[in-house]
Amino acid sequence: MPEPTPSTSRRGLLFGAAAVSAGVFVTGCTSNEPSDAKPTANDQPVADDKPGKPVTIGFAGPQADHGWLNAINEQAKKRAEKYSDVTMETTEGSNDTAQQIGQIETLINKKVDVLVVLPADGKALTQVGLKAMRAGIPVVNLDRVFNTPQAYRCWIGGDNYGMGLNAGHYIGEKLKDTPDARVIELAGLDNLELTKQRTQGFDDALKNYPNIKKVARQAAEFTVESGQAKMAQLLQAQSKVDALWNHDDDQGVGALRAIEQAGRDDFLMVGGAGALSAFEAIKADDGVLKATVLYPPSMAASAIDLARALGQGKGIGGLAEFEIPTSLTCYSAVVDKENVDQYMSTGFK
Amino acid sequence: MTQPVSPPRERTDKVPATGETPAWRAVLFRADLRTLSLLGVLAVLVLIGGITRPDEFLDTRNLQLVLTQASVIGVVTVGMTFVITSGGIDLSVGAIVALSSVWATTVATQEFGFTGILFTAVLVGLGCGLVNGVLIAYGGMVPFIATLAMLASARGLALLITDGRTQVVTIDGVLDLGERDSYVLGIPPLVLVFAAVTVIGWLVLNRTTFGRRTVAVGGNPEAARLAGIDVRRQRLYLYLLSGLCCGIAAFLLIVLAGSGQNTNGNLYELDAIAAAIIGGTLLTGGRGTIVGSVLGVLIFTTITNIFALNNLQSDVQQIAKGAIIVAAVLVQRRTASTT
Repeated sequence: MPEPTPSTSRRGLLFGAAAVSAGVFVTGCTSNEPSDAKPTANDQPVADDKPGKPVTIGFAGPQADHGWLNAINEQAKKRAEKYSDVTMETTEGSNDTAQQIGQIETLINKKVDVLVVLPADGKALTQVGLKAMRAGIPVVNLDRVFNTPQAYRCWIGGDNYGMGLNAGHYIGEKLKDTPDARVIELAGLDNLELTKQRTQGFDDALKNYPNIKKVARQAAEFTVESGQAKMAQLLQAQSKVDALWNHDDDQGVGALRAIEQAGRDDFLMVGGAGALSAFEAIKADDGVLKATVLYPPSMAASAIDLARALGQGKGIGGLAEFEIPTSLTCYSAVVDKENVDQYMSTGFK
Repeated sequence: MTQPVSPPRERTDKVPATGETPAWRAVLFRADLRTLSLLGVLAVLVLIGGITRPDEFLDTRNLQLVLTQASVIGVVTVGMTFVITSGGIDLSVGAIVALSSVWATTVATQEFGFTGILFTAVLVGLGCGLVNGVLIAYGGMVPFIATLAMLASARGLALLITDGRTQVVTIDGVLDLGERDSYVLGIPPLVLVFAAVTVIGWLVLNRTTFGRRTVAVGGNPEAARLAGIDVRRQRLYLYLLSGLCCGIAAFLLIVLAGSGQNTNGNLYELDAIAAAIIGGTLLTGGRGTIVGSVLGVLIFTTITNIFALNNLQSDVQQIAKGAIIVAAVLVQRRTASTT
């Protein structure tokens, strides 16, 4: 009988991705003034790759039933393995609020030094975040934000509004000379707050281009199956389209399939998230997919960096602060043919 | 039954003049009314679609699209109709579709090409159906519980196999089946498979001993046992049949979506049950109609299509879908009780 796909090579790829993105991050922060960063550096306790005080990080991640969420767990794990002074206690990923609360309480009881939590539901897990903070365990809140800043020491996450904004501006610039341009949107799960934010950003960006009109929007479910089904009907409904923004590269696999089945190539498509398959399609440039806006899973690796710095009482390199910031929003960069090589290694499968 | 000759008065209108109309004719007439009411619902929907979006809805490509999208869930519903007719339920169909599709799209399976993918999908479906059937028929488990357990474990296994990743199919032979070039006289191959499964399902349920046994087991299992039917073996076969349908549906889904994902077949169990019930299959067993089930599926798919063509948002879609289920079942009850 057939065996499940071996994934060692992908793991290696993600490990590489984590390392590369870290490198990009560090150089990005320091490259503006490379010469005079040195003198003050000695005065500040800044986290670096050198082993420091041992830190135990408790990681409560999501259930990896989607490419991006899976990448989050892998990025965190690989990043923790990189540091000899970090021990990571990982709970089983969960989509269930009650279960995740139980898991985090277990980590609190184990007295980990720092907690990194990507909550199944930010609002519902606020209480357990507060509980950890009161127990003296600082929390790094990853992506889905808790209800109150009291529940976390630091938040790091993606910019959903920015994804929409940047996708809208990219499409706007491409179509600014097209009279009466028609744009459609294949959104993600409509009952998620992030979907509304992505759409809001997209709409706001399009307001800058009066010649462009969004003529249709359908919500899919972040799955290939729903992406194919919704896209097939969107295309049937709209015989003339100039651009499409699809919120998610995973459902984009299905959307691209529907576009191929309908035999359509008369518009440009922008994806979202940053899947490897999307990068490859952009690089090959043989279809409608021309760009994708990032929602980088490397934020999980950065969350481990922050947790380690927090545990060791240090700031982060390239900033003048003695402590880590309270909030970090990752940039939703637009990846197109011009810069895809730079991001290729960060693509998730 | 040793009562005197004069029959009780109120029974006469319940059993109408058997001397005038043969029983089979009454049954046929009743079934026809049910089917007609469903066709009526479908006709109204087509009218709404035609009025709101004439250019897009009444287009050959749209007809092909609706039928293609009905195919995957349609095949599942045919299997579900048998199970419900026998008085059972299969909550694991969506999960079996997911497991079959991801197992069939692993790199290892793809090395065997088209046949490897097809056979793996069907075998995994059959395997899950076998487990369901043995647990229910010989383990004495309630179908609701046994298939609920299968739902959980098959989804879990699907997640384990994929590790959350989308397994894209790279075998051209499989993908070609979904392309326009492979349409037979304008009919997509997926729709042909759906049609074949429907016809075979109808023949088996209405024209074979297997079908009569299924109805008998659902109507009264004890009476069926006394009539010499091996009720347990019949139940085993029925869950196997449902699993087989899921395997076929998984293959169709692979062709359609070009990949396997552990989220495939999400909520298929509810869609299939809803379509069967709307079609006129009794949830308590003893009566089943393949034609009704297929019409139920087509009604759902057409609604979704009209919603998408008119750019309705998903919240509105869900509310309307619920309302239409209620309306269709009420119409069903009305037409069923007037005959």
